[in-house]
Amino acid sequence: MERQNLKGSFLLPIFPTVMIGIFFLIPFALIVAVSVAHQNPGGFYESGFELTHYKRFLSPAFLSTAAFSVLVSGLVAMICLILGFPFTYLITRLRRRWQVVWLVYILAQLSLSEVLIAFSWQVLLSKTAGIGNILVWLGILERSTAFYPSFGAVVLGLTYLVLPFSILLLYPPLSRLDSEVTEAARTLGASPVRTFFEVVVPILRPALVATGITMFVFTLGAIVVPQVLGRPSHWTLSVQITDQAIFQSNLPFAAALAIFLLIVSMSLVGLTMWINRRFGVKA
Amino acid sequence: MNKGLRNIYMGLIALILIAPLAVITAISFNAKKFLSFPPKGFSLRWYVEIFADNAWFSSLQNSLLVATSSALLAVLIAVPIAYCLWRYGIFYAKVLYGLGAMPFILPPVIMALAFLLFFTSIEVHGKMINVIIAHAIFLTALPLVTVSLGLESINKEMIEAGQTMGADEVTVFRTVIFPIVRPFVISGFAFAFVLSLNEYIIAFMTVGFTVETLPIKIFNALRYGYTPVMASLAVVFILVNILIFGLIARFGNLPRLLGALSEER
Repeated sequence: MERQNLKGSFLLPIFPTVMIGIFFLIPFALIVAVSVAHQNPGGFYESGFELTHYKRFLSPAFLSTAAFSVLVSGLVAMICLILGFPFTYLITRLRRRWQVVWLVYILAQLSLSEVLIAFSWQVLLSKTAGIGNILVWLGILERSTAFYPSFGAVVLGLTYLVLPFSILLLYPPLSRLDSEVTEAARTLGASPVRTFFEVVVPILRPALVATGITMFVFTLGAIVVPQVLGRPSHWTLSVQITDQAIFQSNLPFAAALAIFLLIVSMSLVGLTMWINRRFGVKA
Repeated sequence: MNKGLRNIYMGLIALILIAPLAVITAISFNAKKFLSFPPKGFSLRWYVEIFADNAWFSSLQNSLLVATSSALLAVLIAVPIAYCLWRYGIFYAKVLYGLGAMPFILPPVIMALAFLLFFTSIEVHGKMINVIIAHAIFLTALPLVTVSLGLESINKEMIEAGQTMGADEVTVFRTVIFPIVRPFVISGFAFAFVLSLNEYIIAFMTVGFTVETLPIKIFNALRYGYTPVMASLAVVFILVNILIFGLIARFGNLPRLLGALSEER
């Protein structure tokens, strides 16, 4: 028996180890190696060690991209919490059957390709088939216009993209929230709205902070929405990485940018894990 | 909260969530080729086009092939890790679990770039197997979480009972463990399948110029303007997603799966 156990614990991990080793750790190490490689003018890189690509972080073009990414991700994360938290709370108060119906829809929407989400909003904000027509019909606008590319369109599209994630992340802690707590508040005479803001929100503050940070990281990962609904000045870090890698053929700079994005997102993910452990949010 | 107020608030958010897809659904039935809302006439031709047009249909085939194979591969990577961690509790399995879950947590462009660098370095360009492996590594986290959840639900006394009665490791796995874990394996596969089907950036960076999956093809079409097939495809995609998650909800415990999945975050 014991020998069999031992054999299993050696044999079983072989395939996962090979796959993860070759196709995750080596590619990962390659990013690090290429980020310090030498870029030839011809568009190819050769191995070497230089920090040129990291020094480019100090250029105004990069700094404005970084600042814009932080701004837009922070904004979107905040909107998601403001819209998503009360909504999720209300979902958890529904009958279980309806809860599941909502969860299925939210999951289906969050899995929907970013390409399709960008396309849908492009149509919705277009001149010929969008909100503009409805506003004309309502008499608010004189003639229909397109609402993209613009900053507002980018924020709208990104919010739509990550809002389902925030609902799904907030659902488990909210559904575990003991209904006795809210009932006690109600018995003591607090209104439902007051119960929500003075009882539910404080209890779940750590979960809210953790979800907000996660939404920030998710928004940083968006690729298509900023390209389709924004101008080049609205491109986030992820879009710049794609652009440098594919269209500018500057793989070392793309790799250096990816390392930067990696460090930022890993520290933020680490922070959410710490919050969850420290405050016992079984998120 | 006051019932009326609650319904208004929920209705409003529901409207924001559903409206864009409702508009797309409406225009997908447009009889004319140009974009207009409300649609002019009613026709199913843009749904027929997905199958009738060779370029769209071959993208559909590519996407289905990639999603099926990569989800299967992700399951094959995840199950041994989850099993070793649960059965033997060895530290090395913990390390593998962490590494297996990591790619999914990072912004996808990082993994996309890593795969691009890797496949160009070994000079294997634009083969379909590249994106299958890349998606499998990216999505291993999903079956990893669902299968672990399934294993945790097994009563260890049941296994001891089986062993006392003389069953060996393989028999115990076949007769006790696997039947309990099977639904969790299937839902892990389904999660990975759906996400692979919809994934854009990793597919684009690994095989974007040779193998067109549907998201790649739609984005390329988007650059050149509007084609009504994009609308009908969007409807098909959302329906497929709803169908698959509906099945998971019907045959499994969705709220519990979500609890476990978000713990990863």
